[in-house]
Amino acid sequence: MSAAQRVGYTGAMAADPATRSIRVAHLYPDVMNVYGDRGNVIALRYRCEARGIGFELAEVNVGDPFDPAAFDLVLIGGGQDREQRRIAGDLVAKGPDIRAAIDRGMAALAVCGGFQLFASRYVDHDGGVIPGIGVFDAETRHPGPLADRCIGDVVLMTGLGEVVGFENHGGRTYLGPRQAPFGTVRRGFGNNGEDGGEGAIYRNAYGTYLHGSVLPKNPALADALILAALRHRYGREIELAPLADDAEQAAHQAAAHVAERRSRAAGSPHIAGNH
Amino acid sequence: MLSLRPTEQVKARVAVAVMAGKGAAVASRLLGRGGGTALPGLVAERVDGTIVRDLGRQLGRGSVLVTGTNGKTTTSRILARALQEARIASLHNREGSNLMRGIASELIARAGPFGRIPAAAETLGLFETDEATLPAAAASLAPRAIAFTNLFRDQLDRYGEVDTVAALWRDALALTPKDATLVLNADDPSVAELADGWAGPIHWFGLDDPAFATEQVGAVDARWCRTCGGSFAYSRRYFAHAGWWRCTGCGRARAETETTATDIRLELERATFRVSGVGEVTMPLTGLYNVSNALAAVALAKILELPAAAVVAGLAGVRPAFGRQELVELEGRRLRLMLCKNPAGANQVFRLLAAIDPGPGLNVAVLLNDRFADGRDVSWIWDVDYEIVKDRLAACWASGDRVEDMALRLRYAGWPSPEAVKGPAALLDAVLAATHAGNDVFLVPTYTALLDLRAELARRGAVREFWKND
Ligand SMILES: [Zn+2]
Repeated sequence: MSAAQRVGYTGAMAADPATRSIRVAHLYPDVMNVYGDRGNVIALRYRCEARGIGFELAEVNVGDPFDPAAFDLVLIGGGQDREQRRIAGDLVAKGPDIRAAIDRGMAALAVCGGFQLFASRYVDHDGGVIPGIGVFDAETRHPGPLADRCIGDVVLMTGLGEVVGFENHGGRTYLGPRQAPFGTVRRGFGNNGEDGGEGAIYRNAYGTYLHGSVLPKNPALADALILAALRHRYGREIELAPLADDAEQAAHQAAAHVAERRSRAAGSPHIAGNH
Repeated sequence: MLSLRPTEQVKARVAVAVMAGKGAAVASRLLGRGGGTALPGLVAERVDGTIVRDLGRQLGRGSVLVTGTNGKTTTSRILARALQEARIASLHNREGSNLMRGIASELIARAGPFGRIPAAAETLGLFETDEATLPAAAASLAPRAIAFTNLFRDQLDRYGEVDTVAALWRDALALTPKDATLVLNADDPSVAELADGWAGPIHWFGLDDPAFATEQVGAVDARWCRTCGGSFAYSRRYFAHAGWWRCTGCGRARAETETTATDIRLELERATFRVSGVGEVTMPLTGLYNVSNALAAVALAKILELPAAAVVAGLAGVRPAFGRQELVELEGRRLRLMLCKNPAGANQVFRLLAAIDPGPGLNVAVLLNDRFADGRDVSWIWDVDYEIVKDRLAACWASGDRVEDMALRLRYAGWPSPEAVKGPAALLDAVLAATHAGNDVFLVPTYTALLDLRAELARRGAVREFWKND
């Protein structure tokens, strides 16, 4: 991001930390919300407000105009297959603007179906192709209705530390040779149950299959998004005040413990790809 | 066996299955493995997969099925009570045993040792049926009517997507006798579209009270018209995607209803409303969703030609189903058990808590388990509007196997310092410490958390064990 652009974003507000806020676009909230995706918005808002940072949320639906320069963070959740098809065309139209904004440092979190659509393409089991917007160099293939879905607890090791969550997806995602995963799988399937990778990361954009409420239990990821959004708006010198995360860490540890216990009960000390 | 003629082979298989099933029921009770409601059927199904067909089709009054995401237990109980009032012999599966094995268990329990159900010719089968079990149940039982209460997203790790359930239901209708009556909730567009391609009779039920239209719909699944792919517009919205809908694409709209609730009054322990063809009724259950469930039962009662007086008495006399607004006294506290199995059900319960007089403040505990029957994925709690009661609370607790997740959710919902208490014994101790005799306490558990809580309440002498409860 150039200095000129940054001045354009910040105006006079950057000088006064008390009035800082982040501008968040929630893409297709009525459609891409299949399980607990509201939790991510709730967690971001909570963690901003706990620090006195404003949280300006805009919902962007099919047909709405979308000005990526007006946002610091974009969220997209998961949908049912049929619903995903409905928004794919609209998203592709907005795609170049979203990609350009991410190249300028905008933060993004794309979950489950949203992750698939933020990647290059989705190939149905009968060969039908739904184009994605190519933020991530990755392709998702659906192995057909008879293949098992990847369902269960997930524990990842990521650049932000351990991340826990739950996955439930039919498609298998394969990253391009230079595309970095968000994390490596310790428990669960991850992108495809084969290569041990989960999600994708590009600049401040995170794609993951950990659906719904990934942010409440992984405050480091929530804070990484908030910090990236603040820096996008106000410049690189911004830091985040730490929060007492006892409740968040307790929920994180509990989820990691459950994943461990279920994995042992299932008799697989963990292999990605036993399905 | 080889010398038997085919019909006798069937009888012999049924007889063996019945005996094996009864043995398993006794064994499971002796072993203290819960109510013994599902195990006998499981054994029997292995012995003979056609047990439900062979026994169920003996019923001279036929069978009716009740399915849907929420409300099927309540609907079934109201109808069972009305049948009792009308002195019609009926046979119904127990609470929570709504898979094929649960239906088989009930049939086996009623059958004599040679696979005959006594007085079968005069008996009606009333079966609460799991959504995913409907195709098998419809194929085996050849029902004369099926009631569909509603379709919400449920535990996606068990049922798959909402679309998957809708597709299963259409499969079931292809296996249902063509002259069976569908009882459909007109307010739910996903249920209403089952009418497409159904040539047989349809009985529509629905709510008609503008006072209950709301903007506060909670987590809503996107729904699209199956005919044209258009979105739905609402002139009135009751909860989630239920209301007076119309497709903005093709103009398809909510049907006129034959069984309609008007003039609805909700209080903490009862609901009063008028039902077309029946008159004013009062039932000891509350919440708009229970009025809708009651309508499904009234519609079935009309199809079965029960007298209006039996319907009125059935509604008045119904006892809350296991954990559904069930009242339990513990050391003078009135514990109100409000089972929540999915976000739609939970949103309805919290909307109810947001509407009642809180007095000096509500005492509320939310219990989250993540066992198979609860759904192993706890993300759904983020789709529940716990926020709407945050300013009405006196004391609040999180509990259950996933107490940490629940406590975090309630904290993020703005609940004042929710106390995290792991097991049911510790929770009840905390509740007793923070409340006084005469206080109301709302306990909102998932399914297995309710079982745990009931077990602890039974240990303290507050309730009987659940399978002896009817
Ligand atoms: Zn339409």
